[in-house]
Amino acid sequence: MTHAGTTAPTTAPTPPGADLPEHQESLWRSAEPKRSYDVVIVGGGGHGLATAHYLAKLGITNVAVLEKGWLAGGNMARNTTLIRSNYLWDESAGIYEHALKLWEGLEEDLGYPILFSQRGVLNLAHTEQDVRDSVRRVEANKLNGIDAEWLDPDEVAKVCPIVNVSGDIRYPVQGATFQARAGIAKHDYVAWGFARRASEAGIDIIENCEVTGFVADGDRVTGVRTTRGDIAAGTVALCAAGHTSVLLDMLGVPAPLQSHPLQALVSELLEPVHPTIVMSNAVHVYVSQAHKGELVMGAGVDTYNGYGQRGAFHIIERQMAAAVELFPVFARAHLLRSWAGVVDVTPDASPIVGATPYENVFLNCGWGTGGFKATPGLGWAFADTVAHGRPHPLVAPFGLDRFVTGALVDEHGAAAVAH
Amino acid sequence: MQLIACPWCGPREEIEFSYGGQAAVAYPADPASLSDEQWARFVFFRDNPKGPFAERWVHSAGCRRWFGAVRDTRTYEFLSVGPLSATTARTSVLPEATP
Repeated sequence: MTHAGTTAPTTAPTPPGADLPEHQESLWRSAEPKRSYDVVIVGGGGHGLATAHYLAKLGITNVAVLEKGWLAGGNMARNTTLIRSNYLWDESAGIYEHALKLWEGLEEDLGYPILFSQRGVLNLAHTEQDVRDSVRRVEANKLNGIDAEWLDPDEVAKVCPIVNVSGDIRYPVQGATFQARAGIAKHDYVAWGFARRASEAGIDIIENCEVTGFVADGDRVTGVRTTRGDIAAGTVALCAAGHTSVLLDMLGVPAPLQSHPLQALVSELLEPVHPTIVMSNAVHVYVSQAHKGELVMGAGVDTYNGYGQRGAFHIIERQMAAAVELFPVFARAHLLRSWAGVVDVTPDASPIVGATPYENVFLNCGWGTGGFKATPGLGWAFADTVAHGRPHPLVAPFGLDRFVTGALVDEHGAAAVAH
Repeated sequence: MQLIACPWCGPREEIEFSYGGQAAVAYPADPASLSDEQWARFVFFRDNPKGPFAERWVHSAGCRRWFGAVRDTRTYEFLSVGPLSATTARTSVLPEATP
């Protein structure tokens, strides 16, 4: 607007926003369901989309990804985006380290920015037993070719100067493991990148399509019933995370899963203060700082079973108490928002991947509080499993039968709280 | 934080209670005869319904007594509370798995 007495602009005024780029094209096709697919993936989160992407690389593209809500709107939208591979046992090292190697090349593979930032992770030790367990895990990691080192408190302070390493806190920091290759990524971009690639390859991504039942014929499932009609399937791949039990109840397949709320929160945007990721199992908190500047913090699960995508406030209160003790500089930060996802927890804190009693139904669940970091590795191995009709060696140790044989992969020490 | 109605103490804050998981899981009548498959079911497998769930709770920071509850896992609303024996009888409200 030109006011009297001021100089009129030399060019015609433009409407607000005219200099902004056009709304970009959709990253994936919104497909109508066909009546039949070679592979039907149930669950359009990170794992389902990654499985679709790697199936396409194997030349299998007559595939549908069914998502009951919107794409990547469940745990993929709610996790704290931590990526690391410093688990204790060989079986876990295999799948998580494979995933980390794929993360390191994923931006190039997807042709899409995922803001993968390898800023390292500190796992703090607060007791003598913590120290012994941590040193053992560092050595186990090294034997598996995973980068790991043990740091004393002074070295911890060099990596992350804002951690309180003084002796006057309730649980003093006695040292930490450090994996320099660990990092964070922008979870939405990861999902969108996988969805774009899968869609380009001809895979149908179908949102607002909830599976309501299965059509079985003996030991085969011939199709899925959905809110958008029946869809025939050559093979069914379940990637439904916290809602896996709901699907398995429809199939009559029992699994040792308990679904819990898991809460996380972010602060307001702050100047960069936190250069790495810090996790503490003992005091139940893990913290990183997102690219935009929010402090992202997660806690342990709410103890009761719950599908409500919300949790109790006292869990957040305890988490904040732990965070402020470890990071006094956070004391005046404001909580911006908190939320919860539904995580499927197993008795040994390891996932369940592989065969089911139905010969053409494959299961991927039980990642509990830490499935995001496995996204590309799981997608790669699960696609191979689905394509060849048998568990890929990287996921073979994680079959449902381990609860009968007793060959558990106990990762409570590396996974129970902190992810 | 929600209030949980302890059958003996009345409504108290959730933080006073601890969760005990699925109610009415019977110990095997003849343990020596169980197969590995049956032991796996008893040790590791519990129902995980989306909806009403018969559970055990304990009033840890109060009377320290166990009790039974039926709680909706979608809304977290307690539909009923009572002695464990009463919850055992309510296990039939669990949705049946459709094979």
